[in-house]
Amino acid sequence: MNLTPSRRGVLRGMLGGAAVSVALPFLDCFLNANGTALASGAPIPVRHGSWFWGLGCNAARWVPQKTGADYDITPELSAIAACKDQISILSGYNCPLDGKGNIAHQSGWQAIRSGSVRGNGSVVGPSYDTIISDAIGQDTRFRSLDMSGVGDPKSSYTYRNISVVNPSEIDPAAFYARVFGPDFRDPNAADFKADPRLMARQSVLSAIADKRQKLLSQVGAADRARLDEYFTSLRTVEQQIAMQLEKPAPNLACVPAKSPEHLDPSHELSAVLKNHDLLAEVLIMALACNQTKVFNIALTESNDTVYREGEDRSHHQMSHEEPMDEKLGYQPVTTSYVLEYMKTWARFVERLGSVKEGDRTLLDNSLVFAHSDTNFAKTHAVDGIPMMLAGKAGGKVKSGIHLPGNGDPVTRVALTIMQVAGVNISKFGVGSLETSKPLNALLT
Amino acid sequence: MSGWKWKSLAGVALALVVGAGVWAWSDFQAQPREPSSSGGPASVRRLTEEQYRQTIAELFGSDIKVGGRFEPDLRPENGLIADGSSEVAVTPSGFEQYDALARGIADQVVDKDHRDILVSCKPASAEAPDDPCARQFLSKTGRLLFRRPLTADELNTEVAVAHESAVKLGNFYAGLGQSLAGMLDDPDFLFRVEAVAKTPDGTGARQLDAYSKAERLSFLIWNATPDDSLLAAAERGDLDTRKGLTRQVDRLLASPRLEGGVRAFFADMLGFDSFQELQKEQNLYPKFSLQVAADAKEQTLRTIVDLLVANDGDYRDIFTTRKTFVTRSLGAIYEIPVDNATGWQPYEFPAGDPRAGLLTQLSFVALHSHAGRSSPTLRGKAVRELLLCQRVPAPPSNVDFALVDNTADPRFRTARDRLTAHRANPTCAGCHAIMDPIGLALEDFDTVGEYRTTENGAPIDSSGQLNKIPFQDAAGLGKVIHDDPSATACLVRRVYEYGVGRAPEKGEAVWLNDLNRRFAEDGYRIPQLLRRIALSDAFYRVAPASGSVPSAKTASASTSIREN
Repeated sequence: MNLTPSRRGVLRGMLGGAAVSVALPFLDCFLNANGTALASGAPIPVRHGSWFWGLGCNAARWVPQKTGADYDITPELSAIAACKDQISILSGYNCPLDGKGNIAHQSGWQAIRSGSVRGNGSVVGPSYDTIISDAIGQDTRFRSLDMSGVGDPKSSYTYRNISVVNPSEIDPAAFYARVFGPDFRDPNAADFKADPRLMARQSVLSAIADKRQKLLSQVGAADRARLDEYFTSLRTVEQQIAMQLEKPAPNLACVPAKSPEHLDPSHELSAVLKNHDLLAEVLIMALACNQTKVFNIALTESNDTVYREGEDRSHHQMSHEEPMDEKLGYQPVTTSYVLEYMKTWARFVERLGSVKEGDRTLLDNSLVFAHSDTNFAKTHAVDGIPMMLAGKAGGKVKSGIHLPGNGDPVTRVALTIMQVAGVNISKFGVGSLETSKPLNALLT
Repeated sequence: MSGWKWKSLAGVALALVVGAGVWAWSDFQAQPREPSSSGGPASVRRLTEEQYRQTIAELFGSDIKVGGRFEPDLRPENGLIADGSSEVAVTPSGFEQYDALARGIADQVVDKDHRDILVSCKPASAEAPDDPCARQFLSKTGRLLFRRPLTADELNTEVAVAHESAVKLGNFYAGLGQSLAGMLDDPDFLFRVEAVAKTPDGTGARQLDAYSKAERLSFLIWNATPDDSLLAAAERGDLDTRKGLTRQVDRLLASPRLEGGVRAFFADMLGFDSFQELQKEQNLYPKFSLQVAADAKEQTLRTIVDLLVANDGDYRDIFTTRKTFVTRSLGAIYEIPVDNATGWQPYEFPAGDPRAGLLTQLSFVALHSHAGRSSPTLRGKAVRELLLCQRVPAPPSNVDFALVDNTADPRFRTARDRLTAHRANPTCAGCHAIMDPIGLALEDFDTVGEYRTTENGAPIDSSGQLNKIPFQDAAGLGKVIHDDPSATACLVRRVYEYGVGRAPEKGEAVWLNDLNRRFAEDGYRIPQLLRRIALSDAFYRVAPASGSVPSAKTASASTSIREN
């Protein structure tokens, strides 16, 4: 170890270097003629996101009859009617648990996101989104941006393991400050000057990174892995700083609006939906400004305690306790939450579709995976959990298709998404959840 | 202590004694010596938000603002946040946040308003590096942040970083701030990395090194970082002698900061982190507010501190005491007059009042309820798991509650009616029989804790039985729990668990059992329990390494060698 020059030593050299000041003229258009690439020749990035909601749906009222393109709009999908060409429906995929107990509100999303379920309520990571962000997130300021409509940072379904669960942003104003606060470098600013404080910080963090081996040698195996996660996280912040020291590529689509208002954490339905929409606005600005390529939204928690003003029970309580309306054939109050959540999903998809990137949209250049944790919440059914994909991943994926799974493992979805994202992975999942079959019908 | 209370514990102890063969009956009789204990692994614990804030306030004063978001603490199933701190790492966005916190704190410490007070030396020039002054500040501050002296290498690095940054930024204080921010980002600050040494008895057994002992002690008793005297005692080797250790333990226990430590422990044991998400439906329960929630938490902590610290009382009395503290916003829910319009005042519920003990306070009945409705099941589960350390299995995933929870059904107007119907289902009956009798006793209090005698027009029956002892209402339930040996055994287990940051190991059961017995002999006094733990060998014992070979902290290597 002593033979290699210390990282700090190298950076100390850099610190002495001159600050870069580059004045760039504004160009009329920073995209090429087709709008498929930046004028510089760099391709427009493909963004990968997930969008989670708790407590599923009523499959009989949610799953379209018709498969393939131009599927029929069912009562619980009515919100997406206007954008159904942009959304694929994935129905009838299963979560085989191999004899492990179905841990209510956990087994389902664990199977979907990490291809393995844990019998005792803990998680086995990593979730597929972190595999993607490791593969494609190195060259943006944030590896991923994660948020939740309910005011609890622990409402999160992105994790490496139980020790590293990525906390959710819960306050739009705080989220805005994190992305667009003083550390933000406007790509369209005429002047760029590297901040000497950033160079000093590089030196500081590098001094800490130099302690890694010594510290890891002092602790047992499990703690070593945890401390190593700390150093991995430190490294991502070092990379952030390195990026901030370079002039960002001009990007006319990046027009940060002013900060949204602060919202107090709440589980009341209308507040949760409003919070989601404000967080999504900040996210969309961040995507347009190429601050991240990966995001995770949890509209609610899996064990969804969102409640509606004036009602004495939450969505979760209702899902178990509300009697089936015999005439209607479903639980009306519980189902009203599903409808609200589908509307919120549709709003998000349409908003992504409204952001132009050349002759395409931000949605065209994204792939967003929406899923829940159960099928019918009352019984915690984990087979046939409702799932959707929105966007075309920059042209790699067809949209607007209903693709039934016929009982195939649910892991086929995450495997497909990871492969589309360019992750070098051929198999995903453990036991009966293992699959090596991507959803080829979705690929162009 | 009456013999029957300890029957079950003695059974466990005996089985373990026979199994381990390390502890003779005659020792039990004589009882001056501590039974041996296996210890567990040394731990690596991430500072909790409260510990972080506490440390900053301690070092730099409470006017230094700690603004920003912390990584959420983790509460493992059936465990404490103290256990979760041994499991969590730092996420990328978490590191970003710690770094933002660090920069915010460091900027304030070296700004014009604070530097003259917090930086004890003056640089020759404010516009240039000054290594001796930087060294003085970083050495002193680093020792308190890392809870041990910096090594020569570490200090040299910090001084060099301050020097380079001062050159780059053209300012001594800005450079010093960079170094300070770095120390606040350092894993040696953010994590309590425990180091191991051999015990001085030559047996090759392992214990924590002196600085790690100081850390465990200080966080156990104060929930705060070791102060200068404790670190000095560690440095001198005092903590490895009975006399020196006793002096420090008694000093910590005599400090007013004991109150903060006791509060932090009970907030963890009682699951008060859930207050962050506590919300009630506003149209149905307009009296409830964020202020009420904050006051409810504070009420219970004040009650506990008054009883257990100020009056050195019997732990079991928290289940029966009628003495508490209230604010006007709590008064509205408790339906009692509160003269003091702005602050706290002591209050004693009259004898015979349905409110007696912790279980009837808002912090219990409101915290373990739904937003719009009380929950006998959640309350019963909380008593079993939080206060008696008993585990309630999760419900089967295909459970059907339809019949049970339909309040519109005229046959089932009260929770008792509905749960009785639910228990007719044999797969549900087993667990609900564990939770419901306890929870139903608290049904006199609705989801925000207001007293009521009817639900949906039907009278509430809050009678029941626990441990085959019948009771009439919540106050009666409190008396039964007061006398339940599981409650005191649970407390002992939790305090130890809190101190070591993990569930007790099997090899620690005999020692814990003995501790239980002594807790009873001491009249169930919390400070005395803390003292016994802090003075024990067991608290600092480290189990033999399995595979990995952790070594002592660098700065305390000399201590370890000396002990060899």
